[in-house]
Amino acid sequence: MELGTLHKKLIAALKDGLPLVPEPYAALAEKLDVETGRLCQALEELHDGGIINRFGLIVHHRALGYDANAMCVFDIDDARVSETGRAIATLPYVTLCYQRDRVPGVWPYNLYCMIHGRDRLTVKSQIRHLVARLDLAAIPHRVLFSRRCFSQCGGDYGQADNPGTVTPLPTPMPGEYHDPA
Amino acid sequence: MPRPVTPLQKKLIDCYQRGFPVTPHPYADIAAAIGSTEDAVINALADLQDRKILSRIGATYATGRAGASTLAAMAAPAENLEKIAHLISGFTGINHNYEREDKLNLWFVITGPDQEAIRQTTRAITDATGLAVHHMPMIEHYRLDLGFPLSWN
Repeated sequence: MELGTLHKKLIAALKDGLPLVPEPYAALAEKLDVETGRLCQALEELHDGGIINRFGLIVHHRALGYDANAMCVFDIDDARVSETGRAIATLPYVTLCYQRDRVPGVWPYNLYCMIHGRDRLTVKSQIRHLVARLDLAAIPHRVLFSRRCFSQCGGDYGQADNPGTVTPLPTPMPGEYHDPA
Repeated sequence: MPRPVTPLQKKLIDCYQRGFPVTPHPYADIAAAIGSTEDAVINALADLQDRKILSRIGATYATGRAGASTLAAMAAPAENLEKIAHLISGFTGINHNYEREDKLNLWFVITGPDQEAIRQTTRAITDATGLAVHHMPMIEHYRLDLGFPLSWN
């Protein structure tokens, strides 16, 4: 599906989240100067077109105690990567799994998966389970736990009439990140 | 001790990480569905937001469908890591900026309306930090779900 101007405006407006007022879509429509019905239709189209893959409460997992976040990376033969990725994706504790480009000479890894947990020991045993279950011990891999989180917010995909702004904020906001407990 | 998440707040998180209603009065509809009131639902969500548990009620998008994005990483000198991380977070379109345990110790996602915007942001970050920014764009995804069910122990 092709994104229209209203879709793009809506995506940009949703970055700040739906307002917490009784009629949030009407409030958003007023802000974007469209009829509420048209805005809701555009939102439905984003859903139906598969552009939006999730719509709802987006939580900061760290604030709920999920501060053991491991990114596991594997250097897997290109011929096997899709099959292995799909197998990893079926494990219940894996939240994200994807294939990415390698960076020649810097980063040989092409398969990534994430595990979000409440404690490091549990996450480490889940990683051992994953490696053993899929027979990946002999494959070069690495586990990168996260330390500090400096920002977690919605992507800024801009608008058709406002492309590619690069504007550093004058001062970073210290409240924007939290040390892991 | 931080205040515990209330039963109503847990229910809201459990039930509405996806499939949030697109109706004229969504909070009233949610209240009706889970046995609460519109005011209580709005207040519970506002409280979660104040406590930085709720980022927002909003959307996540299929990669590459709502614009362009890439995972990026750099090796920042430990003594300047925090300063560099804040500098990077200040650029438009940066999200998920994390310190990780590796030589490549700063990982973030660059988003923008198109590939050119990603290139511009990357150049600007390199200019501002003097450090190489490595891109690891997605080729194929097998699972993308940060709306997973939470355990409340």
